[in-house]
Amino acid sequence: MKLRSFQYIMQQSFKGIWRNKGMSIASISSVAASLTILGLIMVLVLNMGHLASLAQTQFDSVQVYIEDDMDPEAIESLGSEIGQIEGVSYIHYESKEMALANMKERWGEQGYLLDTLEDNPLPNSYIVHVANIRYSDDVVEEVSGLNGVDEIRYYRDIIDNLIRIAGLVRSVGLVVIAVLILIATFIISNTIKLTINARKREIRIMKDVGATNWFIRWPFFLEGTILGLFGAIIAVIIIYFGYQTIFDMITTRFFVIFSAYLLSVEEMMQRTLIMFVVLGSGVGALGSIVSLRKHLEI
Amino acid sequence: MIEFRNTSKVYDNGVHALKNINLKINKGEFLFLVGPSGAGKSTFIKLLLREEQATGGKILVDGEDITKLSQRQIPYLRRKISVVFQDFRLLEDKTLYENVAFAMQVTGASPKEIRRQVPMMLGMVGLSDRASQYPHQLSGGEKQRVSIARAIVNRPIILIADEPTGNLDPDTAWEVMKVLRHISRRGTTILMATHAKDIVDVMQQRVVALEKGNIVRDVQRGIYGYEA
Repeated sequence: MKLRSFQYIMQQSFKGIWRNKGMSIASISSVAASLTILGLIMVLVLNMGHLASLAQTQFDSVQVYIEDDMDPEAIESLGSEIGQIEGVSYIHYESKEMALANMKERWGEQGYLLDTLEDNPLPNSYIVHVANIRYSDDVVEEVSGLNGVDEIRYYRDIIDNLIRIAGLVRSVGLVVIAVLILIATFIISNTIKLTINARKREIRIMKDVGATNWFIRWPFFLEGTILGLFGAIIAVIIIYFGYQTIFDMITTRFFVIFSAYLLSVEEMMQRTLIMFVVLGSGVGALGSIVSLRKHLEI
Repeated sequence: MIEFRNTSKVYDNGVHALKNINLKINKGEFLFLVGPSGAGKSTFIKLLLREEQATGGKILVDGEDITKLSQRQIPYLRRKISVVFQDFRLLEDKTLYENVAFAMQVTGASPKEIRRQVPMMLGMVGLSDRASQYPHQLSGGEKQRVSIARAIVNRPIILIADEPTGNLDPDTAWEVMKVLRHISRRGTTILMATHAKDIVDVMQQRVVALEKGNIVRDVQRGIYGYEA
């Protein structure tokens, strides 16, 4: 396409948007609303997935708490018994003092809160690393039969639940989004229909003087695409500031340690930005095409 | 330059609008197409513009059979064969200059060409000094002259005028005819479908009469030949 034709076409597209201000705003809002809700679902699903994968790597281990009144030799023999179980790759001992120190480190800036404890409430434990998370069920079963084992902390069910809930949110979300996008497409196609009707006479003349079909179609096609794009940009802005606010709230007002389990704002934007822009302009383009097919007989 | 060879058109509803038409139009000719309503004049024009497709025979334009053109090629045909209508079809929100320039813009002409060509065309139809006015400020005859300027701005090989004086009183109709004659003398072929007996009789040009889909008369320097 020649540059001057492109200029002319762009000009016509924006004229169309301006001419039907009301419908243009409705179109942009519907795209923005759909994508914002999509963003909300993505924030949930991505964070759950992130948490699950983080948990999987961090907790490929089973924590075996040892009864408080056991003497060191008994603890040691328990350790060697655990070490011989099939599927265990290695174990290490964490005394109650070490456990407290570790926790303090994990809590970072808020670690001073632990200094106020009078008594160390944490038990001695073995951290049992399994060769593969698949063996963990069997390992747990065997370990629980051993003498001196108080309690077993074991994260697999939490991880499984997390993955299941994330999957559920994703499926329900997909249906909701599909419906919303359908509505947005419909609204945009109606907006384009108005522009086509307003320009019927002009289109007729364009055909008479030999404008090519694509030259006639482009402004309408772009009008829809631009509306979708505007909607996407608004949604991105909402998600950006919304997520940042929530992120800050959780990490400053509650616990710093949560921040490790949440996707950072930058990561979240990286994953949504391109998708939103593509989806938004795609919905707009689709709406235009639907309308062009129905209302523009060339 | 334009040739109908055994061309026929049967509409889907069974109406036989044109029956084996054979007609040659030479470069630079001024030709009146006359005949009662429903004789096939409109169909004749629509076939030339490829608004309708012939159901038999050929139509050659510059040696090319336009019944074989694909949908994509039709816009280029319409740059060669341009048309003015009884109802002018101007854009009311554009000035005369912009109306004429519009035809060049949508075919991708450069601003330089547009700046050169548009004033020339407005001069040719005698409206140079009104370039910045809007269509509602013009008389019917002036509007038709603008639409003629727009139709010839892309230098078509033939200008089709479909009842160009149909909405005009006799005086302004003559303004339009003078412009058409002027353009014709400069080498543009003109095909004018009309019911205006006095115009045809005075102009003394080739007259082709259609009746019930057949050419019943084709005379040089002819007259209208029907009761007005």
